[in-house]
Amino acid sequence: MFPPLPNPPTQTTAPKFGPADLMRRSASTVTPPAQRQTEVAKLIDISKCIGCKACQVACNEWNELTPPIGDNFGVYQNPSDLLPDQWTLMRFTEWDNPQTGNLEWLIRKDGCMHCEDPGCLKACPAPGAIVQYTNGIVDFISENCIGCGYCVKGCPFNIPRISKTTHKAKKCTLCSDRVAVGQGPACAKACPTQAIVFGTKDDMKKWASGRVDDLKSRGFANAGLYDPAGVGGTHVMYVLPHADQPQLYANLPADPKIDPLVGVWKGKGKVAGLGAMALAVLAGVLHYLKNGPEVATEEDERKAKSLVDGAV
Amino acid sequence: MTNAWTDIKNTDLVVIMGGNAAEAHPCGFKWVTEAKATRGAKLVVVDPRFTRSAAVADYYAPIRQGTDIAFLFGVINYCMQNNKVQWEYLKSFTNAAFLVNDGFGWADGLFTGYDETKRDYDRSTWSYQIGPDGYALVDETLQNPRCVWNLLKEHVAKYTPEMVERICGTPKDKFLKIAAMIAETSSPTKAMTSMYALGWTQHSKGSQNIRTMAMLQLILGNIGIRGGGMNALRGHSNIQGLTDLGLMSNLIPGYLNIPKETEATFDAYMSTRAYKPLRPNQISYWQNYKKFFVSFMKSMWGDAATAENNWAYDYLPKLDVPDYDVLRAFDMAFNGKMNGYVMQGFNPLQAFPNKAKLAAGLSKLKFLVVIDPLETETARFWENHGPHNPADTKAIQTEVIQLPSTCFAEDEGSLVNSGRWLQWHWAAAAPPGKAMSDIWIMAQLHKRLKALYEKEGGALPDPIVKLKWPYANPDDPTPDEIAREMNGYTLSAQYDPKDATKMTLDKGKQLPGFAALKDDGSTACFCWIYSGCYTEAGNMMARRDNTDKDNVGLFPNWSYSWPANRRILYNRASADLNGKSWDASRKLIEWDGAKWSGYDVPDMLPTAKPQDVGPFIMNAEGTSRLFTLGMMREGPFPSHYEPFESPVANVIAPKIRGNPVARVFPNDLAQMANTGDAEYPYAATTYRLTEHFHYWTKNVYQNAVAQPEFFVEISEQLAKEKGVQHGGWVRVWSKRGSVNAKAVVTKRIKPLVCDGKAIHVVGIPIHWGFVGLTKPGYPANTLTPFVGDANTQTPEFKAFLVNIEAIAAPTA
Amino acid sequence: MLSPQIHDSYPVAVDRYSGLTRLNHWINAFFFVALVLSGLAFYSPYTYFLSGLFGGGANARMLHPWFGVIVTISFLFLFFRFVGGNGWKPRDTAWMKNPGAVLSGDEEALPEAGKYNAGQKIVFWSMTMLIIIMIATGLVIWDQYFAAYTSIEVKRAAVLIHSVAATAAIIVLIIHIYAAIWVWGSIGAMTSGRVTGGWAWRHHRKWLRDLVAGRVDGDMPKA
Repeated sequence: MFPPLPNPPTQTTAPKFGPADLMRRSASTVTPPAQRQTEVAKLIDISKCIGCKACQVACNEWNELTPPIGDNFGVYQNPSDLLPDQWTLMRFTEWDNPQTGNLEWLIRKDGCMHCEDPGCLKACPAPGAIVQYTNGIVDFISENCIGCGYCVKGCPFNIPRISKTTHKAKKCTLCSDRVAVGQGPACAKACPTQAIVFGTKDDMKKWASGRVDDLKSRGFANAGLYDPAGVGGTHVMYVLPHADQPQLYANLPADPKIDPLVGVWKGKGKVAGLGAMALAVLAGVLHYLKNGPEVATEEDERKAKSLVDGAV
Repeated sequence: MTNAWTDIKNTDLVVIMGGNAAEAHPCGFKWVTEAKATRGAKLVVVDPRFTRSAAVADYYAPIRQGTDIAFLFGVINYCMQNNKVQWEYLKSFTNAAFLVNDGFGWADGLFTGYDETKRDYDRSTWSYQIGPDGYALVDETLQNPRCVWNLLKEHVAKYTPEMVERICGTPKDKFLKIAAMIAETSSPTKAMTSMYALGWTQHSKGSQNIRTMAMLQLILGNIGIRGGGMNALRGHSNIQGLTDLGLMSNLIPGYLNIPKETEATFDAYMSTRAYKPLRPNQISYWQNYKKFFVSFMKSMWGDAATAENNWAYDYLPKLDVPDYDVLRAFDMAFNGKMNGYVMQGFNPLQAFPNKAKLAAGLSKLKFLVVIDPLETETARFWENHGPHNPADTKAIQTEVIQLPSTCFAEDEGSLVNSGRWLQWHWAAAAPPGKAMSDIWIMAQLHKRLKALYEKEGGALPDPIVKLKWPYANPDDPTPDEIAREMNGYTLSAQYDPKDATKMTLDKGKQLPGFAALKDDGSTACFCWIYSGCYTEAGNMMARRDNTDKDNVGLFPNWSYSWPANRRILYNRASADLNGKSWDASRKLIEWDGAKWSGYDVPDMLPTAKPQDVGPFIMNAEGTSRLFTLGMMREGPFPSHYEPFESPVANVIAPKIRGNPVARVFPNDLAQMANTGDAEYPYAATTYRLTEHFHYWTKNVYQNAVAQPEFFVEISEQLAKEKGVQHGGWVRVWSKRGSVNAKAVVTKRIKPLVCDGKAIHVVGIPIHWGFVGLTKPGYPANTLTPFVGDANTQTPEFKAFLVNIEAIAAPTA
Repeated sequence: MLSPQIHDSYPVAVDRYSGLTRLNHWINAFFFVALVLSGLAFYSPYTYFLSGLFGGGANARMLHPWFGVIVTISFLFLFFRFVGGNGWKPRDTAWMKNPGAVLSGDEEALPEAGKYNAGQKIVFWSMTMLIIIMIATGLVIWDQYFAAYTSIEVKRAAVLIHSVAATAAIIVLIIHIYAAIWVWGSIGAMTSGRVTGGWAWRHHRKWLRDLVAGRVDGDMPKA
């Protein structure tokens, strides 16, 4: 059994990390502290998950989210998608394994992956609306959010959602408020089967390797850890029984990376654009300085007058 | 549970059949994932649907609902054929060697003594051969053709893998794979746990489903050991407490019985409760019945219960029928034979079968009292909610009184979990509005009834007028006071039986346990099995010490486990005939030459020699029973019976419909589809979803979000046949009612082939109604048949027949 | 017969833009600038401060697409007002072939321009194209109302195209404004509506000749 985190202290404690521990800040430059905090991670073990949605409900309870009571639309999954007020969602996939002939019911807890190289943060135009702490948590700071939805485009996992009412981008915070006082995320706390565990990233990788060994012993030859390198690794990782085919799990991207379009848009493209604009202005100034104004002369006026007079 | 939730981590093989632990018991299921993760245990799931449990199983096989006995007999047969038997355990700890009465037999699906008109048996031949010494005869070589083992062998021989496939629809290869996995646990160093729930109980032969698995577990030597056992997963947090406390019309707390009409005198009552040992040296603990009974009577009526008046035996009601279960009560209401109904934490309009009949019954009551923390459909049965509750309000004259009560988190008390742990809890919140605790409400009723009886007399006022009510505030007894009473206390000073001058316990002290109970009226205890839970040392149920020596999974200082804080029942059977553990790594208790000791409280007299005294001390044989004499209404062995509504005839006994001894009221039989009925061709089953708890959580916002709307599940094949769209609307109807629902079309239900016929399964979750935050929906009991298990009257919710069609979305 | 646009005085005054056209232009100009400034707020961290002009980033985000809608509609009117004079002619091609003369203002070396010279026509047509591109891609990324209609992949492309088009449009705008500043009298054309005959002679001689020949500019109200 993974040792559960102790209960929180009853007295107020100083947060373990805060604004001084920023590694990245959207649309701004920060100087990261010299000492990076120990990287944390949440490990979601698909092979232990029973799809009970306790994580979903715990998330809503802790974060005081009240998504609408919707409809059944032919599957167990509900609500039908991530929402501004539904930050994590169990996605259910029925898959006939062609190799074994057995049905597998693949249940994946979807939510923010807390990428080491977060596409949302890269895309965000609002200074400080998205921050990354040195422990790896990527957090949305609502008061700085302008609701433009660029994070949605930047995210390789299709996670952020923009509220139609508050116009703020919302997603899993990895319970940064809980982690700051030594607690694990609410979902991990609520998970009855320890399919979700939380700790340092190194510990999570070690724990995962034990789980992968167990799965391999049960015939899942391609079991593995999902910690995609394309986004620099993630601070939410999955143990996948079929790690060779992540897309089986409700289209988990096989090789997620920040889309090159976003890279162009948010990378050198912007600098080049501003440069071009500045050059245009500069060219005008230089041209003016060199040529002076273009003025109609007395001569022009006379010629015009004579043209008009000639016609009269 | 014979074992505890925490003990499941010790198993090698988890068999979930007749339940869906991941779905309905997700918190307890952690011990399954723990066993898998740390011991490499395997999980097998056998279910008509590929469930959430199956999602994390190592092996899954489908089964047609209501055919579990055939499947399990198939496994028993497989074990017998392949010598996968824990022989030493079988010979010493079961009644395999006992010789059975020559008159006993089985033919055409019936045991000897059947009376078709009474739908009951004369059970006189269901007995052992008794020797001249008064003890049962045994043949330890198992050679005698009349020994239980050989009779059982003959009885199960027809359940070949082919027959299992024919009855259950389980493909032979899948059946054999599972049989082989189970059979491996016949090794003394391997354990299998059986986790089951309503998937076994809610059948007209539910008790026999469980019994068949218990027999298999005994043959494999998996009872009484760590990681083994028969583990009933109880559906409510305190439903174990409900049965323990005898909240049945025929029970007294602690599994004592209410007398029958034929037992008019105390002597007559006790004469069938002597429990003389059937083998030499055996304990036959029920010999103490009188101590438990008298202590109960003293707890109830105090000084009014005396030796002279047979401990107030006459105060007890005498049953004129086997029991007044809920089905009978509603049948009586339906027939206008009931005036009033007091419902406490009970929503039968959703929870019992045939909603239309229930509503008709409720409509004929003069008054209905509903004591509940929540708004229930039952309390609102008279309201018209369109198709979801088509009541004719004007025609209903029933006066409904709602008394809002507290929820579990708003008062203190104990809850008994599936593992028999009495866990004390404390109030976490103040009750809302004018809600009052159930205790307060009952105290008020008591006070007023007592006053009425005192004033007006009546035929027999004594049971009420003389009821002992020893609470500091008679208007509001505290849970603590009641818990102390439950444990029991001395009415006079107790002395050492060996030295009459030595006082062991003064008057008015809490008893240390049920061993201290007396039949002389000097002790009072209203639930003997709980005795020990609140001693002079304090409230044992409130203990929260989670130390677990050597990680054995017993947690002996956490709360209190009845009986006697024993965590694993029959734990004596974890050791061999010499008292050594079968498996040293699974040590529970061992014999050290003088006494039993170990991790758990021995389920044995501490000084009883292992070679002499059998481990099943509650049984007169000292052994467990593969042959259960006359204790089950269907017979000493189980037998495969189809559900009352079945898509196919019983291939073992084609003439028999349903369970031949199950009670069916005539008007209900008329409302059942025939076997293989063309108008109702599909095999339906009902079940719970993890997102909801019965009919409560539809009142809770987050649960309503997680599963908002009523649906039914069908296979892709049936959907195609019926033109049903994924997420489209369907109408499902039985001979009793009709529901409209969203369709979840799934690969997780696949058509089965039974006796050459394709059987489509229709799955119907139960959670919706016309009260609550979820979208209004139909409860599953609109469809289900009004018949119960022959022994317990648990309704047959798991197997019945329906038809289905695609419909247009209803207009709002 | 002189066009009534020509007022025979000294210097000669020529009506270039009607009141409605000027109003239309300045509405367009105002909202285009607002559009540019609000858009630049999310264009780059260096320009985010511009969101302050609109009461913060959230307001800028909310207003920007509405500015875009206004600009599109306003430009649509402008388009129909101007499109007649913006047909590409062989003389425009010749004009384009002598950038040295264009940049040094040596218009005697260039073919006589009609109401619009080739440079103005390029501004007109590139703005037309860019506005079409920006409104189209802008709607795709206007999440408040249209998030559900396209995939994220499409949105990603849209946002990039939108940015590139915006960059181009801003550069075109800079050229447009610079030209108006450089060529004295141009701003007056869009404020008072009038230019001098000399201005017309110098920069749009063909236009002047046409007016003198009695043709009426399509932009002006019919007499």
